[in-house]
Amino acid sequence: MTGRETTPPVVEITDLRIEAKANDEWSKIVNGVSLVIHPGEVLGLVGESGAGKSTIGLAALGYLRPGARVTGGTVRLLGQDLMTIPEDERRPFRGTRVAYVAQSAQAAFNPVHRLMDQIVMVAVERGGMTRDEAEGRAVDLFRALQLPEPEIFGLRFPHQVSGGQLQRAMVAMAMICNPALIVFDEPTTALDVTTQVEVLISIRKVIENFGVAAIYITHDLAVVAQIAHRVAVLRYGEVVEEAPIGRIMDRPEHPYTKSLWAVHEMPVTHAVDHEAKGAPLLSLSGVSARYRDFEVLTGIDLTVGRGETVALVGESGSGKSTLGRLIVGLKEPAGGQLVYDGKPLPPRVRRRSAETLKQIQIIYQSADTALNPRQTVRKIIGRPLSLYHGLRGARREARMQELLRLVELDETHAGRMPGQLSGGQKQRVAIARALAAEPRLIVCDEITSALDKVVQADVLRMLLRLQATLGVSYLFITHDIEVVRAIADRVVVMQHGRIVEQGDKDRIFAPPHEPYTEMLLASVPDMAVGWLDRIIAARAA
Amino acid sequence: MDQSLHSRPAAGPGRMTRALRLIRSAPLTAKIGMVVIAIYAFVALFAPLLAPYGEYEVVSRVPFEAWGPEHLLGTDQLGRDFLSRLIYGARNSISIALVTTVISFTIGCLLGVFAALVGGVVDQVISRLVDALMSVPDLIFTLMILSIFGSSVVNLILIIAVLTSTRFFRISRAAALNVASLDFVEAAKARGEGLLWIAVNEVFPNILPLILSELGMRFCFIFLNIAALSFLGVGLQPPTAEWGSMVRDNAALINMGDITPLIPAAAIAFLAIAVNFVVDWLLNRASGLSDEG
Repeated sequence: MTGRETTPPVVEITDLRIEAKANDEWSKIVNGVSLVIHPGEVLGLVGESGAGKSTIGLAALGYLRPGARVTGGTVRLLGQDLMTIPEDERRPFRGTRVAYVAQSAQAAFNPVHRLMDQIVMVAVERGGMTRDEAEGRAVDLFRALQLPEPEIFGLRFPHQVSGGQLQRAMVAMAMICNPALIVFDEPTTALDVTTQVEVLISIRKVIENFGVAAIYITHDLAVVAQIAHRVAVLRYGEVVEEAPIGRIMDRPEHPYTKSLWAVHEMPVTHAVDHEAKGAPLLSLSGVSARYRDFEVLTGIDLTVGRGETVALVGESGSGKSTLGRLIVGLKEPAGGQLVYDGKPLPPRVRRRSAETLKQIQIIYQSADTALNPRQTVRKIIGRPLSLYHGLRGARREARMQELLRLVELDETHAGRMPGQLSGGQKQRVAIARALAAEPRLIVCDEITSALDKVVQADVLRMLLRLQATLGVSYLFITHDIEVVRAIADRVVVMQHGRIVEQGDKDRIFAPPHEPYTEMLLASVPDMAVGWLDRIIAARAA
Repeated sequence: MDQSLHSRPAAGPGRMTRALRLIRSAPLTAKIGMVVIAIYAFVALFAPLLAPYGEYEVVSRVPFEAWGPEHLLGTDQLGRDFLSRLIYGARNSISIALVTTVISFTIGCLLGVFAALVGGVVDQVISRLVDALMSVPDLIFTLMILSIFGSSVVNLILIIAVLTSTRFFRISRAAALNVASLDFVEAAKARGEGLLWIAVNEVFPNILPLILSELGMRFCFIFLNIAALSFLGVGLQPPTAEWGSMVRDNAALINMGDITPLIPAAAIAFLAIAVNFVVDWLLNRASGLSDEG
């Protein structure tokens, strides 16, 4: 570490101020941030959504989102001030000297071109390499990133590889010109835990092998602990604390940092009290489902008791969401029996009575797509009130406000459009819409995975409180083991459309595990420095 | 910033204020377009007050009279006042085009959203029917139908409306397909909502900007279509004043170096350009191509 302080930094951000225009007003999103990154160093940028993490990451590339402007400060990349030179002179830097790895590789790759063509493009056009040299280097990178069949991997199209592989392909694209700095913008957030480990290991390996400096943006502290040398904690566009990783993990100083750390333990108190109250509310036996010839669910046996929370765990593609859709009647089962409240449950929405529809509600992962962007909160929550309960006018309005308060919003939110709400608020509106029906069973499909940790804990606490007062049952679909630990009564583990293991939470989380459950549990990053090192060491052994 | 904006309750500025602010933020071309459209609308609405003579009134014994103080734009082939007919023509041409546009818009969009939501065989049947309709050249099809059923205003409106609705169908179906796959539509289905409710409340507001732009453009085409048909003699029948037929009836004047018959043509062109200015702006806003607003 000692030699580094004397070498010139790769990036030096001094007192950077950036404003963005929203609703015709300029608001500060980065407010006097100074950061220095030395060669070979990885800086973790941590904070809630909206803290300005991505804006700073992009500013290090000399890039501003449309509608944003710099009002002060400098960004020096390898001694060159990026903010004062014209865009034409900035562009040659990108891809060659600095590179960017985005959150969603699916969205970042062009689906109609082969991976290799996209990966070598910058190297050939700006990096001064010939096509053959660039391809050779790409294959080396594929190998270093542990991609399967590195020689022919580049011939595939983006949709022919998995999400984790695509994310690694994007790391290869970023590394192709051997840049001095890479900005990783939440590269593993969209991946499930088992894939995340693979990508993290690959990223760690290339960073170390090639000695590149990096900014690693994330809201997951456990992840940053594995990758970064130093961490800067951001809040409202300001750095509240910056320290080497070991110190900030052990002895956070700023109160905000401490609160972030505390949230990670998910301080949700949940009294496990699920003495089977009579017959189960919902029970599935031998249920299967298929998309054309592909069987997505096989022989599912599952019960949800009254007032109980059942967590459905598994990686993406394991059929969890299909099972949720099947229960609310959006997907027809190919076989098996669904029994709700002692009576057979018709397979399609159309055949179900209004009373049944009312009692089983679903909440989606992404409130962005689950709320109609052109309806006000009042209309979104009010609709089930008039549909199921026939409420009109003042009584509907009163009930709607009651629901808003129930989900910890207030009547000032009623007139807003979803676009004017934060991610957490949107999810609360979606929850209020489900509650408006006065359901007895709510299928929660990954409802907290798009939220950051602080908001996530709030929403989970609220759900448990509602359960205690209203007595609803939850079928909680998730891939986040921490969430399961916090709220579940019983756990169902799914893989490839089958149930691998199910039982009470304590039993599932206590050894011995099924092999798949074991892997799932082992993949959840610990909040401790060196967790990834141990995994890598364990694999090497 | 307007003072009244701040004194309003938390519900946000009212519709009128927002609309005014929106118009103020429009680019110059869109503003010009809006002013021109407003003038046309004014002329069409108050035609009887503005026109110096009646629509069919023969005011001069001299056909093709030159411009003069009595008849500002001269007279036509039967000695009727050209300016008056131009003013009444605005009323006839625009109102017929408007009615036709509204009918075709309603048919096309409802069917399009319906097809997108239902999918499967229903979608296939409707879409192939529309394809079949679109495969026949519009003008030939219109001429054929009009010669079979006779060229009345109602026939004219219906046939053009049906043909144009195929365009609305295609664009609204494509746009609705994107929206129909979103979670909020699925949530509405799971809630037990009817198809019509989903189409009108969930899907329609989300595709509105796109089809509004299409609406403006189609209005121009319908307008031109009617003018063209009138020019060919199968559109609006005399003595009704209509810009397209006015061009034809007075076309002989062009040979004598008189530009009068070109005035109705220019009137059509101006309106088409004005509508397109506004439409371009709406389209930019809807697709997010422009940074404004």
